[in-house]
Amino acid sequence: MSGEEASPRSVSPRANEPTVDEALAKAHGLSDEEYERLIGILGRTPTYTELGITSSLWSEHCSYKSSKVYLREFPTTGPQVLHGPGENAGVVDIGDGWVAAFKVESHNHPSYIEPYQGAATGVGGILRDVFTMGARPVACMDSLSFGEIDAPRMKYLVDGVVRGIGDYGNCVGIPTLGGETRFHKSYNGNILVNAFALGIARHDRILTAKASGAGNPVLYVGSRTGRDGIHGATMASESFGEDSEAKRPTVQVGDPFAEKLLLEACLDAARCDAVVALQDMGAAGLTSSAFEMAGRGGTGIRLNLESESVRNHAFGVARTDGGGGQAGPP
Amino acid sequence: MKCGVVVSPGSNCDHDVYHVLKHVLGQETRFLWHRDSSLGGCDLVVVPGGFSYGDYLRAGALAALSPAMAAVRRHAEAGGLVLGICNGFQILLEAGLLPGAMLRNRTLRFECRQLFLRVERDDLPFTSRYRAGQVLRMPIAHAEGNYVAEDEELDRLEAAGEVVFRYVGPDGEVDEEWNVNGSARAIAAVCNRAGNVLGMMPHPERCAEEILGNIDGLDLFASILDHVGQRSQKAGLEVAQ
Repeated sequence: MSGEEASPRSVSPRANEPTVDEALAKAHGLSDEEYERLIGILGRTPTYTELGITSSLWSEHCSYKSSKVYLREFPTTGPQVLHGPGENAGVVDIGDGWVAAFKVESHNHPSYIEPYQGAATGVGGILRDVFTMGARPVACMDSLSFGEIDAPRMKYLVDGVVRGIGDYGNCVGIPTLGGETRFHKSYNGNILVNAFALGIARHDRILTAKASGAGNPVLYVGSRTGRDGIHGATMASESFGEDSEAKRPTVQVGDPFAEKLLLEACLDAARCDAVVALQDMGAAGLTSSAFEMAGRGGTGIRLNLESESVRNHAFGVARTDGGGGQAGPP
Repeated sequence: MKCGVVVSPGSNCDHDVYHVLKHVLGQETRFLWHRDSSLGGCDLVVVPGGFSYGDYLRAGALAALSPAMAAVRRHAEAGGLVLGICNGFQILLEAGLLPGAMLRNRTLRFECRQLFLRVERDDLPFTSRYRAGQVLRMPIAHAEGNYVAEDEELDRLEAAGEVVFRYVGPDGEVDEEWNVNGSARAIAAVCNRAGNVLGMMPHPERCAEEILGNIDGLDLFASILDHVGQRSQKAGLEVAQ
């Protein structure tokens, strides 16, 4: 026991954690400039956990740091638009008291590394974004861009992606109604796998991810976080090198059965008034979803990394298929 | 007619069947939770498609042991009507209410497409509105619908008329190209000896409304309604006498 009073900024590294340096930051996908900035913000070298959290939150996947400039060009407001960007999914009024919630998201990198699980969990992720709005998913679609069919690994990729999408949709019971598929040599080294989901809900049953109000318990529900998908968001934001095979463990493994149970549980929860906000546990796990949900509500969440459920470093940065968070009044 | 639809964790065609029975045919219909050990006096129990209990171990293996399925077994033994569709068929096989088993499709893939079925029997509670030999169009959506049984069992099924629907080409002839899951003798549906339990891989509930562009499945449910209606009418007469 040291007699020193801990300053708010001093954090002692946890036992058995690697020491953070520039090389480790680089391995986590942070540029030199980003690492400098992180040190500047903290006023010290980050701990291993902090580095993991930051590499996820600052990844392209979570922050859209390089694509935001283009995404801003899209129209996002209108008389029918109930929720634009910033929520789990967009919501538009379709009349007669009904709304449509929908979203499209890419799962390119995971699908290139491990096509079956990558594409399957792409569908899983997009479905969660829709049903965490309180909407029942009714349809999926996909936009797929593959390289030349004779390019290395391409038949394997096409086969895996198509099976992954079909099997996942079959298991959760949501039909894939259509989509588009193209083959061009420009995709030889980087296929595009975009999944779309559409859900419907009654106007007054829509939930948001805005966790306002202090003292609310946060429930973390869904399938257990495993050893798969760790640093998934960081992987999804990198350029490919020779080592993509070695990155297979960063792709989450789908659990459509758990997701189907989560779907029904979330829709049941949305029907009662106990839930303040609902948020998908996406690519960066607890670290992004919990704080995003609180941030939108103008409040904060104190996450105790030493507690039983989040003890493993991985829990902070793992993406888990079939995971969702809920905040409700105490 | 009172109808029940068994809901297990992972059932995902439950709402579709419920919709057809309740809203298209206007029948009293309720969901039966997998933990319920009573069917609440239903005339017809439907075990719908999906991935009951995640289909862990084998498709339908865990659901076959649920309290609701124990009640379904008693219902079937008492002569009540039971319809298993897709995963529901797999559950009825696992529960031993129907003979045979399922293998993965011969393509080793999830197959989702429209197929043609030939009606083999039109004297069942499920098929009275069809004619034997009639060709129906119905969708399938499964990865394990490759029906198998021992040769002697298949011979017995054929001889006893327990094969209800068969996969055929558009002209009504058995054609292995159209038997996409590879089922023995192109069998798509079988019933039990008494004819009150039917299991089928195709989805009649997905083609029972004009808006869906195909109503070939509607007559299956309408046949059941006819049967139950006649039976209750007969029962009513007996009471009156």
